[in-house]
Amino acid sequence: MGLLILAAEAAPTGPMSVSDANWFLANAWLIPLLPALSFAAILAFGKRMPRRGSELGLVAVGASFLLAVAAAVAWVAHHGAHETAPAVHRSVSWLVSGGVRYDAGILVDGLSVMMLVVVTAVSLLVHVYSTDYVAGDARYTHFFAFLSLFTAAMLFFVLSDNLLQMIVGWELVGVCSFVLIGHWWEAKANSDAALKAFLTNRVGDVGLLVGMSILFFAAGGAFDTLTVNSRIVAGEVSHTALVAASACLLAAVMSKSGQFVLHTWLPDAMAGPTPVSALIHAATMVVAGIFMVARLYPVFWDGMAIASSSVNLLALVGAVTLLFGGLLAFTQNDIKKVLAYSTVSQLGYMVMALGVGAWTAAMFHLFTHAFFKACLFLGSGSVSHAAGGFDMKKNMGGLRRAMPHTYRTFLVATVALMGLPPLAGFWSKDEILAGTGGWGLLGGTGGNGAYTAMLLMGLAGAAVTAAYMTRVIYLTFFGRYRGEGHPHESGPRIVVPLYALAAMAVVAGLFNMPAGFQLWPEAAQERFGHYVEPVAAYFPPIGHATPSWSLAVVSTLVALGGAAAAYRYYFVKVRARSRAEGQSLTELPDGPTAANKLARAGHRVLADKYYFDHLYTGIVAGGVKGPAAKAAYWTNQKVIDAVVDGAGRSAVAAGRAVYDRLDQGVIDNVIIDGAGRVSDSAGESLRGMQTGKVQQYAAILFAAAAVLAGVFIVVVSL
Amino acid sequence: MTGALAAAAADGDLLVAQNVFFVAIAAVMVFSAFRCVTTRNVVHAALWLVLVLAGAAAQFILLGSEFVAVTQVLVYVGAIVVLFLFGIMLTRASMGDDETASGEKRVMAAVVAVLLGLVTGGALIESFSDTRLVINEPQPTSLVSDAIFSQYIIAFEAVSVLLLAALIGAIVVARKD
Amino acid sequence: MLLNQFLLLGAVLFCIGVYGVLARRNGVLVLMSVEIILNSVNINLVAFGALNDDVGGAVFALFVIAVAAAEVGIGLAIVLLMYRNRRSIDLSEADMLKG
Repeated sequence: MGLLILAAEAAPTGPMSVSDANWFLANAWLIPLLPALSFAAILAFGKRMPRRGSELGLVAVGASFLLAVAAAVAWVAHHGAHETAPAVHRSVSWLVSGGVRYDAGILVDGLSVMMLVVVTAVSLLVHVYSTDYVAGDARYTHFFAFLSLFTAAMLFFVLSDNLLQMIVGWELVGVCSFVLIGHWWEAKANSDAALKAFLTNRVGDVGLLVGMSILFFAAGGAFDTLTVNSRIVAGEVSHTALVAASACLLAAVMSKSGQFVLHTWLPDAMAGPTPVSALIHAATMVVAGIFMVARLYPVFWDGMAIASSSVNLLALVGAVTLLFGGLLAFTQNDIKKVLAYSTVSQLGYMVMALGVGAWTAAMFHLFTHAFFKACLFLGSGSVSHAAGGFDMKKNMGGLRRAMPHTYRTFLVATVALMGLPPLAGFWSKDEILAGTGGWGLLGGTGGNGAYTAMLLMGLAGAAVTAAYMTRVIYLTFFGRYRGEGHPHESGPRIVVPLYALAAMAVVAGLFNMPAGFQLWPEAAQERFGHYVEPVAAYFPPIGHATPSWSLAVVSTLVALGGAAAAYRYYFVKVRARSRAEGQSLTELPDGPTAANKLARAGHRVLADKYYFDHLYTGIVAGGVKGPAAKAAYWTNQKVIDAVVDGAGRSAVAAGRAVYDRLDQGVIDNVIIDGAGRVSDSAGESLRGMQTGKVQQYAAILFAAAAVLAGVFIVVVSL
Repeated sequence: MTGALAAAAADGDLLVAQNVFFVAIAAVMVFSAFRCVTTRNVVHAALWLVLVLAGAAAQFILLGSEFVAVTQVLVYVGAIVVLFLFGIMLTRASMGDDETASGEKRVMAAVVAVLLGLVTGGALIESFSDTRLVINEPQPTSLVSDAIFSQYIIAFEAVSVLLLAALIGAIVVARKD
Repeated sequence: MLLNQFLLLGAVLFCIGVYGVLARRNGVLVLMSVEIILNSVNINLVAFGALNDDVGGAVFALFVIAVAAAEVGIGLAIVLLMYRNRRSIDLSEADMLKG
């Protein structure tokens, strides 16, 4: 508590000088400490507090948020004062054993400060939201305790200055995720989902451990992130080791950040309470993998040969994920699962961006995505709170009148996610697309090689994203209400966080206006990249792509195209059909997907416009079709059937002969039965050993060990 | 063991007292261990075990590791044997006799034990038959503690976690639910 | 003193312990035999530590003592559980793994 007061007093003091600023940077360890203390406090006496512990979490995370913002301001001042912006690094020696130092410390640079702000901001809003959303739950106190612990663990993770500490933080957030997914563990599905998340993550964790160990030895026995990174950048670490390390770490990224193949746990993780989905499975924890790549970027830069190849594993995994995740989102009816697949897809964008060398773009997308995706998740929670379920087709529809605030914020976040200007998602996604360097023909060059395939997949992903989000909007907010409850707008503690996040979804893009963007003052361009991207010996020399107007226009048009296709299907066709039939339909009975419908609609437009089409399809094709079909039928019946029948008859005869002579006589009697008899008698004799008596097994073990040792001694002494 | 005495005598620094003690304690230990694994009375077995453990502590003192010897007495004789006695009482089944093991089983066990003994004994005699052990002064406890808390800190931490896990595990396994 | 006198003592105790583990039917007695085995290992560790004038032998003997304590705790808990479930701690009756 003393710390809290200190922070509260320190935060509002006027303009900060560098020395003031340094206090916040040097004492950033307070930021994870506060939620950690609140975790302990809530567990200890949360139940006896008037609000059952939630106020402790709120105060601690709120203070952390203030400290994080202060640290961000301090970092900007610190960065302004130094050309190369050295990271603030403080550590204490935990222990020295066998000549290796095990440190614990903090590494504060633009990246970690950015993450601090994102995590504390989203966490604070989720805390506020949860006080209403989880109200009345039997394990309310427990829920807030683990929200606090999660926040602390995530902050600890992003501040960690060495590999070991990262592993600790990584596992801690995993445990919190497990606990919170299984918050309502009484339902089997929920505890199954928690287990699935945990076990899938274990797969990646093995990769993490192995990768970190390889790094430790390859970098000459150092755990310190700065040292490891600097040695790699200086070329002191063998390339082969880095290839192995980056491949292992990629497995960890794939599990934690839900990348293709290991993404399956993330949609299931939506079994947890919605605030948890927003905080952990959309905005913060799932980006731990992205953060790890960004933090250890030299490993991947060198290991994956990012600057010197046109396709690498990292970019490929990301690109495949973003496309497949987006396509999967189409098939879901549970609103949270759609958003989960959308998260998978957006994380794919980030991984792809890192894979093509667009480091800043990836981090910026992480930044903007956290806000609009958290907004979407919290919005979906608000909707389900009112509608009584998550199924868009059964529980929702027509909610825009009943829930105007939720609708507005959800719409804003949706547009941001679609990547339409001028909202946040547009700027970050466009930067990623530019960063692929695949736009060489029309400007937008200067990246790290030409990843044209990635650019195309990214564009396709943008169209898909726009389309499935349009579907969600229609199914949730338009049409007529299909559920059975009485939907109503949620309370202020739910709506206010929604507005805050929607506001961020609008303005977050302004932090990183592209360089050379004519409509924006030059001094305010690329601020995010300037302050977040390290300019130091521990960061590889990445190239920066120049965004281009042409690409921006194209990507916007592509997204609009995707949205328009879905709009045409849902808002025009389905709606018209619903009106005609007097009920609230969710799909056209005869049009399974929007894509097919689009193709058919396009065909009809063509058919209406050109008389020649009728000529071809009606007269030419029809005239040819009849006689040809008759001829084909005759051939089928007479010629082919005869051949088939003949072949069949002879085959049956041959089969019978073979069965009688060979199968029954030789194979069955001699080979099969013989093998059976042999294995049977072997089994009988071996069965004696399988007594189930432990001591007999132990006797065999000791005897075998003695014999082997004897053999070994004889061999050695010969 | 006379061979050992003769070898020491030949080198001129006959440590009669040490060797006499060694032989005496070793004989007691081997006999007690033998009784421990053959006696029919479970409680007697535990008491024979005490003798073996105490003998081991005495051997540690002969080897100059006083701290290990003290710990041996504290933990083994003090705690583990008591734990065994509790275990015997709680499982009431056979306060007295351990039902005679079948002859076949004993033969099997004896064969395996003798086989192991031959292999290890042969290997030891072959490798270390003339390695001499000179113990000038007892090992200071401060050295042990320094080593535990610096060089072997990781192992120490691992053992600590293991103990914690065993504690929790024992409770979980044995509690009545 | 010779190194071998300690090592041979350890070897003999080890074999006696193995005999006990294999021949005894009472679970508690098997655990006692395991303790004899662990002690023989400890004698070896300390003897080699004394030979090399290295503190590591003593340190690991201490660790073995700690592990032995944990092992007895868990082992007796298992025996207790077995007793509670089957009213017997005869290991030769515990043969549900038989094939």
